[in-house]
Amino acid sequence: MEFVNFHLIPGLVLGSIYALGAIGVTLTFGILRFANFAHGETMTLGAYLTLTLVLLAGWHPLLFLPVAMALTALFVLGMDRVFFRPLRRAPTIILVISSFGLMLMVRSLVQVVWGVKLQSFSKGIALPWVFFDSLRVFPKHVVIAAAALALMLGVHVLLRHTRTGKAMRAMSDSPELARLTGIDTERVIRATWIVGAGLAAAAGIFLAYDTHVETLMGFKMLLPVFAAALLGGIGRPYGAMAGGLVIGVVEELSTYAWIGSEPLLPPGYKAGVAFAIMVAMLIWRPSGLFRGRVF
Amino acid sequence: MEQIYGIFLYTVFLLTMGGIYAVLTLGLNIQWGFTGLFNAGVAGFFAIGAYTSAMLTTAASHRHLGGLGLPAGAGMAAAMVASALIAWGVARICIRLRSDYLAIATLGLAEIFRLVLKNENWATNGARGISLIPKPFEHLPEPWNQVAMLLLVFAIVLVLYGLLERAQRAPWGRVMSAIRENEAAARAAGKDVERLRIEAFILGAAVMGLGGALMAHHIKFIDPNMAEPVSATFLVWVMLVIGGSANNRGAILGAVLVWTIWSTTEIITTRLPAEWALKAAYLRIFLVGLALQFILQRYPGGIFRERRLRTVAPPSSQKGGSHP
Repeated sequence: MEFVNFHLIPGLVLGSIYALGAIGVTLTFGILRFANFAHGETMTLGAYLTLTLVLLAGWHPLLFLPVAMALTALFVLGMDRVFFRPLRRAPTIILVISSFGLMLMVRSLVQVVWGVKLQSFSKGIALPWVFFDSLRVFPKHVVIAAAALALMLGVHVLLRHTRTGKAMRAMSDSPELARLTGIDTERVIRATWIVGAGLAAAAGIFLAYDTHVETLMGFKMLLPVFAAALLGGIGRPYGAMAGGLVIGVVEELSTYAWIGSEPLLPPGYKAGVAFAIMVAMLIWRPSGLFRGRVF
Repeated sequence: MEQIYGIFLYTVFLLTMGGIYAVLTLGLNIQWGFTGLFNAGVAGFFAIGAYTSAMLTTAASHRHLGGLGLPAGAGMAAAMVASALIAWGVARICIRLRSDYLAIATLGLAEIFRLVLKNENWATNGARGISLIPKPFEHLPEPWNQVAMLLLVFAIVLVLYGLLERAQRAPWGRVMSAIRENEAAARAAGKDVERLRIEAFILGAAVMGLGGALMAHHIKFIDPNMAEPVSATFLVWVMLVIGGSANNRGAILGAVLVWTIWSTTEIITTRLPAEWALKAAYLRIFLVGLALQFILQRYPGGIFRERRLRTVAPPSSQKGGSHP
């Protein structure tokens, strides 16, 4: 039962958080064709915006989820307008350098505005629900998993059943063809940023709700989220969801005492798991598990 | 008089650090400028060099591995070798990746390397780092030891500059820019693209390792936080992009310029009240990032643009001083 309580359930929760982040990465990668290093800081920003709202109004953090998602999306739209749009025609790699710079700019902005102290949404310790005398489930974990699932369903509806979603998929498949059929590419790009940033903010808020708010939280998620996007195949939102779950679960299971009583991997190296999976994928199956694009 | 002496010492320190950053930037220039390899893990190779040299040259200690008390020169040579060896391993696996993927992979690698430095207490003394690293010319009287260190760094930058200028003009350097500009064409011309990219990656990493070793000896202390992406990778990238990618002079100028701005603004921020000082330090990163974005959008070539080599040098387009 220790396995389920302390490794499997946290792994699934962490995995659904990664999945939300990875959808944004894979959409940006598929439609704008570059790896956005600033995506992690977008998650951090979402969490801090929520923190401010919670401190101001004192309500439950998840009540502010839509507001924080919208604010983060607005911020990212502004970022695109000022920094990415002038580089639209530049070589991809210039965009990557720009996003690398933005990653540190957004982080330092957060550090200037909110400081670097560890903070949390609520004080006190919540007790878990206990089933069958041994299965322990924290209410917050159930809430996070349910909310993440609802958001993913929303993405599904958007991509399958709306004009914007169809245009996004078309542009991800072939930008030239999409342009020829009269799709307004700038509009699709804006939609991509809104969806990606909104989901990133949600991921940041969920992680902060589960643990705490800190300025490096987004950067720590960046690598697992990239790994999840690659694992699922670039440009494949469903793949990103699956990839996120896999990375989250494997990360948590890697510290379980599979052999003897010592953790298989010292917890300090948990961050290395996502990286190892990613490099292995890049070498042996760069298209990901779900046959994504290889650029 | 005392004030002038203080300014003199500060200038020497500033230029020494600028020179060390110039070494790092020249290393990145081989990878990014010459060959177009996006290495987002500069901090990792910097740390490998710094730790290798530190472990070999410090006096015996029970806190960390090594402590052989070797001379600094041996430490620096070993730093280059260690950095090159690890770069060889990394390149064997990652070099085929497209630029963005290479960036992600190298960033991840540097981060994992930082975790190792932080967690393996027995080998690296963990987060407390390694102190009492010997500095060359320490035994000289006060200003002269600093001046001698500056001259050493200066000489190293000059030698590197000369070598890299020759390498860039040589067939090797031309193949590198061919790979950067059009990989398929270079491949079609019968060049072993993969092997050449590995060569550039290793060479660049070895130079970064040297930069790390110099830093460790200069500051006499090293800890895992120095391998943070902000302090090492980001600054070096900004230096190269602002100075001018693929131009060795640009790399050196960018390093000295950005370091001077970075360091002198630090003087201002440390004079602020404590609560503001910390915030101002982060604001500094923000402003440097903004400068990077400005250069990327308005002057994508940097201060010194790349000099395009022609097979036959036309007499008119070669302005004075283009050959060192």
